[in-house]
Amino acid sequence: MPEDTSATSQVALAWRQYRLERRLFWRNPSAAFFNLGVPLLFFALFGAIFAGDQDALNILVPGIAGMSIVSTTFTALAHNMVALREQGVLKRIRGTPLPGGTYLAGLALHAITNTVVQIAIVLVIGRLVFDVDGLRDPTALVVFVVVGVVCFASLGVAFSHLIPSSDAAPAYVNAVFLPLIFVSGVFYDPAKAPGFLVDIAEILPLVHLVEGLRGAMVTGAGVADEAGSLAVLAVWTAFGVVFAVRGFSWEARRA
Amino acid sequence: MTRDRAIEVRDLHKAYGPVEAVRGISFGVDRGEVYGLLGPNGAGKTTTVEILEGYRERTGGTVSVLGFDPEERPRALRERVGIVLQQTGIYRHIAVREALVHFAAMYPRPRDPDELIALVGLEGKEDARAKTLSGGQLRRLDLALALVGDPELVFLDEPTTGFDPAARRTAWETVRSLRALGKTVLLTTHYLEEAQALADRVAIVKGGRIVVEGAPRDLGVGASTRVRVTYRNALGEQVEHITDDPTRLLHELTAEAIERGEALDDLAVNRPTLEEVYLELTADA
Ligand SMILES: Nc1ncnc2c1ncn2[C@@H]1O[C@H](COP(=O)(O)OP(=O)(O)O)[C@@H](O)[C@H]1O
Ligand SMILES: [Mg+2]
Repeated sequence: MPEDTSATSQVALAWRQYRLERRLFWRNPSAAFFNLGVPLLFFALFGAIFAGDQDALNILVPGIAGMSIVSTTFTALAHNMVALREQGVLKRIRGTPLPGGTYLAGLALHAITNTVVQIAIVLVIGRLVFDVDGLRDPTALVVFVVVGVVCFASLGVAFSHLIPSSDAAPAYVNAVFLPLIFVSGVFYDPAKAPGFLVDIAEILPLVHLVEGLRGAMVTGAGVADEAGSLAVLAVWTAFGVVFAVRGFSWEARRA
Repeated sequence: MTRDRAIEVRDLHKAYGPVEAVRGISFGVDRGEVYGLLGPNGAGKTTTVEILEGYRERTGGTVSVLGFDPEERPRALRERVGIVLQQTGIYRHIAVREALVHFAAMYPRPRDPDELIALVGLEGKEDARAKTLSGGQLRRLDLALALVGDPELVFLDEPTTGFDPAARRTAWETVRSLRALGKTVLLTTHYLEEAQALADRVAIVKGGRIVVEGAPRDLGVGASTRVRVTYRNALGEQVEHITDDPTRLLHELTAEAIERGEALDDLAVNRPTLEEVYLELTADA
């Protein structure tokens, strides 16, 4: 019998892996909550605080969209990769005929589904509750969501290599995630922050993602207007991809 | 390679930085054979097996598994090989049957998941989540997952460590059933009994080298030229001598006894058992 390595069979296998990841995701409600619930919780809290202040809400809605991308890709993948490595799942998969790329495609698709669901929720709430159009430039929205996903997913995988164990993962991830969202203008206009914080934030990718999303969702600035932000994200993506691939290990670290 | 062997290993070397885990191991496994690597912890068994499975890169020597170099990780090889790793690893929230169905889809000619559940004795646990299984049950799921692609060659790295005696017997029956189906099995263990019960041939590994190899029944005698001579002296005490030269020793002992007008009660000359050979060979000198 000839070996069936056709593209269709690879797509079918990636799809199977994707469906398994979806099922397992919902069986672990605490992880599901941290992935999807935390940004929405912040959205509700800050939305209540800023109610009636349209300028603040115009900052908040794209900010939460950016935060959602980070939590569904960077945070989720950093946790997942550490757990899969530690539980020996990656090593087991590596012993099967399933190609590594097909497996990772299923895994990535799973993370992207969470991102898309989350962005959709933010758009709907933003429009209905906070009076933010959200779709001023749909092309720019798609471009920035895609770039944001690739950027933060690769950074999440790269970061997972630095995390020694599942026990340590929440501390490592939060040490990056919380300061990142606070300096990156997710909740307030970054221009109002002290200068040195602005300088730090400018080096990091999230401020640029939120900037791009704000253009797409609020001001109507298109991709061309946000080329600078896109360039910074591209540099971080390149960095993330290189280190995600380089440090990759199928095995748990030896104690 | 000369013969159509399932596994051929020549002068295999593996160093982890300064640690030389494998220092020139050579052996071959025929198709349909159950071959055992027996040795204490740290002997280099897992390192050897994981090189053959394509998980680790060797530092020297040649290796052929079903005619492939496992280091190149060809998919055609992975489709024909089943692996039980030393450490179990599976999604915590996956159910038993779900796992088998999922992994079965990765192979061209999978076995029936329900048949495998029965084979490894996990009936009634089909819908149980992995995190609720006991260590022994997880190990059986491991075995079922290794067999799900109906492999020609099965690697079992310490498949029964931590099993109670009943579970061990069941696992042994499964390995024997693989042998009956004509599968090739490479097994590691630190239980001598297990190697004796299952393997057609055994290599005793220590310090990254094979110290002796052969059929289990031959190892006890063939591996050692040493012979044990025991008797009860005039005071009724049990005396034991180990010697490489039993003829001379017996001559001396009997001559002295006759001179003293005594008998050597219960005089016996024994070859050491495999267990004694194993303990002697693997003892830390
Ligand atoms: N990944 C590794 N990195 C460094 N040293 C290792 C690694 N794996 C095994 N070793 C060392 O190699 C030697 C052989 O180990 P191993 O192959 O696991 O033996 P066994 O399976 O016979 O117990 C041991 O000294 C062990 O500490
Ligand atoms: Mg071992």
